[in-house]
Amino acid sequence: MMEPGLYHMLFIGAALFFIGIYGFLTRRNLITILMSFELILNSVCLNFIAFNRYVWTDKMDGLFFTVFIIAIAAAEAAVAIAIIIHLYRSHGSIDVNSAENLKH
Amino acid sequence: MMKGETIVFYLLAALTLVSAAMSVGTRRIFRSAVFLLTSLIGIAGLYFWMRFEFAAAVQIVVYAGGIAVLIIFSVFLTQRAGDDMPSPPSLRTIAAAGAALLGMGLVMIQLVNHRFPTPAVAEVDRSVSAIGRRMLATGDDGFALPFEVVSLLLLAAMIGCIVIAMRTKPNQP
Repeated sequence: MMEPGLYHMLFIGAALFFIGIYGFLTRRNLITILMSFELILNSVCLNFIAFNRYVWTDKMDGLFFTVFIIAIAAAEAAVAIAIIIHLYRSHGSIDVNSAENLKH
Repeated sequence: MMKGETIVFYLLAALTLVSAAMSVGTRRIFRSAVFLLTSLIGIAGLYFWMRFEFAAAVQIVVYAGGIAVLIIFSVFLTQRAGDDMPSPPSLRTIAAAGAALLGMGLVMIQLVNHRFPTPAVAEVDRSVSAIGRRMLATGDDGFALPFEVVSLLLLAAMIGCIVIAMRTKPNQP
């Protein structure tokens, strides 16, 4: 059990996912919520790579899913930060509790 | 006696998990961003450890070089970075920690009781040229369609960012 393998990687993936969930639930600042979200996406990527490395070694699907998830995460982070900066300009704060109205 | 490879694995795992926990736990937002960066680099190290060099390179270039820097810039634009954030109410902290621990426990129970199939003996060629050929192949095992869709998505995200972040004129409603 000391030799690192699939189960170790899946444990790291699950721990990262739930650390991200904890941050997602406790934080009230939009940027820190976005950071927790990035942790969650990274845990998913790690699981894909681990399955590709240890279970389905004859395929490359996990690698491609990881690359596409990273591309989508980059697009998502850019749009989210544009929205956050726009929200900061119009409301003067990026706390989720101060962003109650959709139209200012 | 542990092998060097094993020691490196545990160091990378500790780096990833500890800095992720510090990232969601600290009350200074700039420290949180820097700990996120360390955690992402730790994950890239784990990809290197599993010998997925291309995924590790993409992780470092896009996440550590792009997204983390973007987050740090937006911290500077919207926050005074030295200020402490208000700590969440203790009830919310306890509830969130309970939910996370409960979910972690359920996943761990599933994980230790599940047996995964033993790996196939054939290891596929994962050099960058093989990845490129698969990425642009149009057959059953090719990824040309998702590749094109992701390029459209990136274009749409770029235009969307410009439209959202454009300053509206003050006399407009």
